[in-house]
Amino acid sequence: MADLFELSDVEVWDGNMAASHALRQAQVDVVAAYPITPSTPIVENYGSFMANGYVDGEYVMAESEHGAMSCCIGASAAGGRVATATSSQGFALMLETLYSASGMRLPILLNVVNRAIAAPLNVNGDHSDMYMGRDSGWIQIDCYNPQHVYDMNLVAFRVAEDHEIRLPAMVHQDGFMTSHTAQRVNTLPDDVAYNFIGEFKPMNDMLDLDNPVTHGAQTEEDWHYEHKARQHHALMSAVLPKIQNAFDELKALTGREYNFVEQYNMEDAELAVVCMGTSVETAIEVSNELREQGVQAGVVGIRVFRPFPLEQISDALKNTKAIATLDRSSPNGAMGMLFNEISGALFNTGTKAILNNYIYGLGGRDLTKVNLHTIYRDLAKNAQSGQLMTPLQQFTGLRGPKLSFF
Amino acid sequence: MLENGWNSFEIGTILRPFEGTVSDIVNTEPEDRAYSQSNSFSISVADWRIEKPLLNLDSCIHCQFCWIYCPDMSIVSRDKKMVAIDFDHCKGCGICVEVCPTDALLMFPEHTDEAVALANWPTAKNEESKEN
Repeated sequence: MADLFELSDVEVWDGNMAASHALRQAQVDVVAAYPITPSTPIVENYGSFMANGYVDGEYVMAESEHGAMSCCIGASAAGGRVATATSSQGFALMLETLYSASGMRLPILLNVVNRAIAAPLNVNGDHSDMYMGRDSGWIQIDCYNPQHVYDMNLVAFRVAEDHEIRLPAMVHQDGFMTSHTAQRVNTLPDDVAYNFIGEFKPMNDMLDLDNPVTHGAQTEEDWHYEHKARQHHALMSAVLPKIQNAFDELKALTGREYNFVEQYNMEDAELAVVCMGTSVETAIEVSNELREQGVQAGVVGIRVFRPFPLEQISDALKNTKAIATLDRSSPNGAMGMLFNEISGALFNTGTKAILNNYIYGLGGRDLTKVNLHTIYRDLAKNAQSGQLMTPLQQFTGLRGPKLSFF
Repeated sequence: MLENGWNSFEIGTILRPFEGTVSDIVNTEPEDRAYSQSNSFSISVADWRIEKPLLNLDSCIHCQFCWIYCPDMSIVSRDKKMVAIDFDHCKGCGICVEVCPTDALLMFPEHTDEAVALANWPTAKNEESKEN
């Protein structure tokens, strides 16, 4: 039996430590990992908890991230609670196995500490790895600070392992900005956190020897389409209600409120910035400054990235006059993902809002308040004239001549 | 199974080899196991063959080489005595004939009548026929 870890009501944790403690409180059966910056301390801390008797279970050092996720798949199919962490190149190496995990409906929890993808080599944060995972069939939840990381880990276990869901989940945080920045985190006692997640209930586990089962069968054209349709149906229909239920119970337990789409100063907002991760908190500061000047500026942050909360985002934005979508990943030959997703969410709503796109912060480049003030000034121009007065896509905070398209 | 739609099978790309709960499956003979419809055992691959092995028990010394080497578990043997070839699952690869030390197993065209083949079985090791 694992020892109780005495926690203060408020701890000073960075995002990695918050994730480690959430995994410890979940009493994960198997963590298989191949540590990579900036997610390394998540599994490093976890290994130390295990060595010191605070965790019952197994910690497997894999030979690669591909191997780490493959171990997680095996352990999850065998019938255990399973989690790991990765970033960037490691995430890219895991990608093939991510599709196996979700297709096999294995509720693995993956902490992704978002980091740029080489080349050029870079350990700092952007959202390239998070974007790479978005068609992989996983639930993806985004965090803006260490408190969110702690809370969303608890929520993710609970939702992923529900027998009506049985899908793996990623909890995303920004590399270094969240993962290595210590902040106040309100904690739950070990038993309260564990009970919030609930005891792990195996489903079709391979260790149930009286009911043998083959996992990951080959289907070819006969059944592949039906399996994928069923998985998509679960993501589209079942996941958001379960997340809402978890958010409601977390609020009852802690007073902390979360939404699929987080809205700040949006009640009467004419100008809206849509972004993810730590950028949301910077945008909130700028929006507060603009409110003092009488500008009706608001911020929309995506909390649940997959399944994409299409109706909630359209409700949040359809009454605005100008919207900036901020993508922290190079779209490499297209408009940014948030621009495309939000265009799709708004297209049939009759909104007259003018929508444009900013690429920013690649490889850990700061998104400054000055950058955001410039973006809101662009939005004001678009809102006043009722048509696009700025380029459709602009690069923000880039050195050299101004770069924009369309 | 073919009546299933996207919403009516078990999630997770799983297949159950047996109908219902099983116990002591290792000590249950294949013919006594409740194989499910989705088990490979329930599906015949006989039409993959263009040649088939035939067994002549008069020449067999029950060495079990064929049972060990068969890649598809299509040699039926009980208490270390050869019984038959499982023609629902044999794909006609000829490995059993290759490892047989006594010519108790020989390959024949798929359409060969078993009674005729057994009546005309070569009595001594015929290297020439094997090379052909």
